[in-house]
Amino acid sequence: MDIILQQLVNGLSLGSVYGLIAIGYTMVYGIIGMINFAHGDVYMVSAYITAVAIALLSFFGIESFPVIIFGTLIFTIFVTGVYGWVIERIAYRPLRGSSRLSILISAIGMSLILQNYVQLSQGAKQQGVPTLLSGAIRFDIGDGFVQITYMKLFILFASFIGMAALTYIIQKTKLGRMCRATQQDPKMASILGINTDKIISTVFVIGATMAALAGVLVTLDYGGFDFYVGFIIGIKAFTAAVLGGIGSLPGAMLGGIILGLSEALFAGLVSSDYKDVFSFSLLVVILIFRPSGLLGKPEVEKV
Amino acid sequence: MSNAVVRKTLVSLAIAGAVTTAQADVVIGVAGPHTGAYAAFGAQLWNGASAAAKAINDAGGINGEMIKLIKADDACEPKQAVSVANRLVDSDEAVAVVGHFCSSSSIPASNIYEEAGVLQVTPASTAPGLTDRGLPNVFRVCGRDDQQGDVAATYIVDVLGAKKVAVIHDKDTYGKGLADAMKSSLNAYGVKEVLYEGLTRGEKDFNALVTKIRSVDADVVYFGGLHSEAGPLVRQMREQGLTAKFMSGDGITSYEFVSVAGSPKYVDGVLMTFGADPTSYAEGKAVVKEFRDSGIEPEGYVMYSYAAMQVVAEALQNTDLDPVKASDWLHANKVETVMGTKAFDEKGDLLVSDYVMYEWDKNGTYNMLGM
Repeated sequence: MDIILQQLVNGLSLGSVYGLIAIGYTMVYGIIGMINFAHGDVYMVSAYITAVAIALLSFFGIESFPVIIFGTLIFTIFVTGVYGWVIERIAYRPLRGSSRLSILISAIGMSLILQNYVQLSQGAKQQGVPTLLSGAIRFDIGDGFVQITYMKLFILFASFIGMAALTYIIQKTKLGRMCRATQQDPKMASILGINTDKIISTVFVIGATMAALAGVLVTLDYGGFDFYVGFIIGIKAFTAAVLGGIGSLPGAMLGGIILGLSEALFAGLVSSDYKDVFSFSLLVVILIFRPSGLLGKPEVEKV
Repeated sequence: MSNAVVRKTLVSLAIAGAVTTAQADVVIGVAGPHTGAYAAFGAQLWNGASAAAKAINDAGGINGEMIKLIKADDACEPKQAVSVANRLVDSDEAVAVVGHFCSSSSIPASNIYEEAGVLQVTPASTAPGLTDRGLPNVFRVCGRDDQQGDVAATYIVDVLGAKKVAVIHDKDTYGKGLADAMKSSLNAYGVKEVLYEGLTRGEKDFNALVTKIRSVDADVVYFGGLHSEAGPLVRQMREQGLTAKFMSGDGITSYEFVSVAGSPKYVDGVLMTFGADPTSYAEGKAVVKEFRDSGIEPEGYVMYSYAAMQVVAEALQNTDLDPVKASDWLHANKVETVMGTKAFDEKGDLLVSDYVMYEWDKNGTYNMLGM
């Protein structure tokens, strides 16, 4: 019993991180129909920026946890957002209107550039950040116990806030309305006076900020990172986006949680050797029955 | 190790190369993960090998010819190892190779070196399969995983007296090979493992696996793999309140283990099998001092690579730079290195292996344990 509960906690925290990164994939796909393969590497860049932010703050002698964490979050989200904007500007905007394939290749190129740029400028070695928040809550259940670190609670809390804020922006604000309009019909939106280029940039920045949120949380939780961390987590988050229905915001969150839970439960109850096999089989089965993902809308051919 | 040091070494090598271009050079490859997640080990190999090459060149080279080192990056990827091995053999015309690091790279590359008659001396690849295939050109100056696994299993049974052992590996040639070797020794001593699982290299979240280890109530967790996975694994064990002993092999012998775990407090008490302190040999005292004076800590495989380069140079020296004869020569003769006298059996393994147990402490360093 305690083991199952612990696995649920493991799965939820892993899944919420997948969800945060999946948002970047799904929003970009929704608005311009491309898969941004550089997104995992934007996440990786944010891990490095997190370390820089922590180093800067401790250089100025700031030691209290709330100040460090919020300072780091704001700094990292801002700088990573700038990265997202610049990447869209130099790698994707010049290719607007060309075939999907060229944008895809541009994205793969961007991913390689980011990896190699970080490797050359920061060195190929493993990096680490100090543990800011240690300690855990322990619940005794029968003979066993469930232990949840404060950091895990913070991850769940912060990703919930991040996702709620984003849902609010997309559903309730003028900016969100413009995003949705551009997603539905870019040409019509631009006729009605929406600067669609600006909206697309904004979407990239939003995706990057969500990746940055995940980057800060994961880096603080696991402690270590290197220039290659974006690859596996990027693939998993992309899977989560497809699972939930690519293009759908709640779908990305749901997909992330389902993927995280299925990995944790399968690894815990059956075998960690084959957890990825299980996750991807699950994806295949879901796509057989719902080809556009759990919450995705089937693509309607416009006549 | 800082990049500046690598650059300086490269520059000094480049200058040495430029001065001696008039002569024919002896080209020797240093193959290992110079980039990627395991680049720390590549740097160890390079530091050791390049210091040895410099010392040999300063003393007049091999039969008057200067050693020219080529950095060959395999990133610990078997596919890339094959392509850099081909490059070393074909376009660089190397006569010998110091490397590779990962067993999963050394094994496929060794076939290419064998076909081309190139001498291969690895400072670090410990998988038995590397030498068990009977290639005449392959040698190692480190031990074998079956010897290492046996030392670990003996310690678990005799010293720790553990009954419940969880065996985890990273599904790679080295990691799984070591874990399997430890497991079979353990079973031979009458202890059956309570859990045997693999994890995925490159991932950082092993919480689900940790919870599973907790569910079987293990006293000892044995991990076959490298520090980049061992760090998060041991940290997540401690974070979930699991106090079981954590033990691993020579794959975590890097101070990066501490930074990837996030804090020295997580590596405190971690046990590790590794060759008897490579800096403790009387023959190597001067070299160790030189390394420390130039700001390089001779940790992990630095001294092993130095010794591997000495083995290569000595063999080539005695066979007039013929790598095929050099292989035969090594099977029959002893070599004096910074890690004592090394002699090889017919397979290319060391006649004497010297695995001992180390323990990491709360300051993030490791010390040899008296057994």
